[in-house]
Amino acid sequence: MDVTNLESVRDDDFIHAVMEESGQDLTHCYQCGNCTAGCPCGFAYDIQVSQIMRNLQAGRKDKVLNSRSIWLCLSCSSCTTRCPNNIDVARVMDVLRHIARREGRVAERGVTTFWDAFLASVRKHGRVYELGVVANYVARTGRVWTDIDLLPRIAPKGKLSPMPHGIQGRDEIARIFQRYEEERTR
Amino acid sequence: MNLAYYPGCSGLGTSREYERSTRAACTALGVKLTDIPDWSCCGSTPAHALEHALSGALSARNLVGAAKVGCDTVATPCPSCLSNLKTARHRMADDGFRAKVGRLLDQPAEKLADLPDVQSVLETLVTRVGLDAIRAKVRQPLAGLRVAPYYGCIMTRPADVMRFDDPENPTSMDDLLTALGAEVVPFPYKVECCGASYGVTRRDIVARLSGRLLGAARDAGAHAVVVACPLCQMNLDLRQTQVEWPGGRAVDMPVFYFTQLLGRALGVPDAELGLEQLCVDPAIAFRRAAQAVAARQAEEAALAAKAAAKAAQAKQAASANEGGRA
Repeated sequence: MDVTNLESVRDDDFIHAVMEESGQDLTHCYQCGNCTAGCPCGFAYDIQVSQIMRNLQAGRKDKVLNSRSIWLCLSCSSCTTRCPNNIDVARVMDVLRHIARREGRVAERGVTTFWDAFLASVRKHGRVYELGVVANYVARTGRVWTDIDLLPRIAPKGKLSPMPHGIQGRDEIARIFQRYEEERTR
Repeated sequence: MNLAYYPGCSGLGTSREYERSTRAACTALGVKLTDIPDWSCCGSTPAHALEHALSGALSARNLVGAAKVGCDTVATPCPSCLSNLKTARHRMADDGFRAKVGRLLDQPAEKLADLPDVQSVLETLVTRVGLDAIRAKVRQPLAGLRVAPYYGCIMTRPADVMRFDDPENPTSMDDLLTALGAEVVPFPYKVECCGASYGVTRRDIVARLSGRLLGAARDAGAHAVVVACPLCQMNLDLRQTQVEWPGGRAVDMPVFYFTQLLGRALGVPDAELGLEQLCVDPAIAFRRAAQAVAARQAEEAALAAKAAAKAAQAKQAASANEGGRA
């Protein structure tokens, strides 16, 4: 049996950071389970979303930030829509990803690698270059067979751009990312 | 109305047919779209999952650009762009957030206090043009076409930010498709997630969630699924060969953008709607619709023949009766 002394693991700074950054009052959750019942991705989670809410109330930082669930959340807002206490649960999940990224904790590396490839493309061109994102993801993960089965389906459709669509204000976008990084390391 | 248009990055690639059909349908309905000059990516999920001010800054640059060309509203076909642009504007009411976003942008934060409103192209069409005006312009009704309307998860949610239609049971696309002459089937998964962008990283998730949606459309007797989101469309159409079909019974289920069916009903030539860029052959749906119409006509003809025969029989019996009395 997994026994935890709640007093010894409670991280109050973490609770406050989540409340402050999400603007949500975690104490309002009374564990009805509506969020978990409606979560389309619960089957893939290691901790269900209502359990994440309970662990947050108990300040169990490691349990929450080391979970796979926060990376598999699809941001669909079912939980937010169905919470009887009007907690924006999806926003809480977003904030947990922010904190985990700042601390370098990522239990689903493939997901963040894809997101990073996406943002690298935005930073470089100002708009997403789809083929470039996939190529970057494949290069970083070594998953060379990713969606190779789809190539014969999509290639004849003339939809994939062979070249990026760069914008004139590329530098402006790069500066946004640069300032974001400076703010983050301050 | 000064309507700015934000196409979104996928419109330049995998959702080219959405982009083409949106412009064609808007032109046919007299809706003028002014592109935001030199628009840039909203950052989509990768940005909001990393930091909200970054997401806010990437979105705000476009809203500021729309305001600069004198537009009071921005319309976008993509729900992910919509969600980011709308959320950014919503959060900008908070002084702290606005200042934080301002620090990331070239523009000063004051410009961010009064940004244009944002709406989906679907909202623009049903609220600004209106169903009656659209119905009046239908030249080729979608007779016999049974469709499952799939809205995707974020076009209406969270409700306090999106402020359009019902968050759990939206009906705007149902009403539009009905106005075009299509038959909307009861579809319980209107806003259930398709698996979003996890197709690349966790195919198992998309295979299961999108499979469930396609299976429900199949079981409801739909000839096609109709969507309003590039990512949903990609999962349901391009990835249809990867999904887990409930019960293991796969069918060919065409997946249209609602703008393609709108354009078709309005008499826009197929070539302007990008129908040939769909992966599952859209002709399958039109063939099934034609068969449904033919079957219904045959049924009606049979019923009419039966009624006529019955009437003739009754007439004969009546005249026989009269003959007996005489």
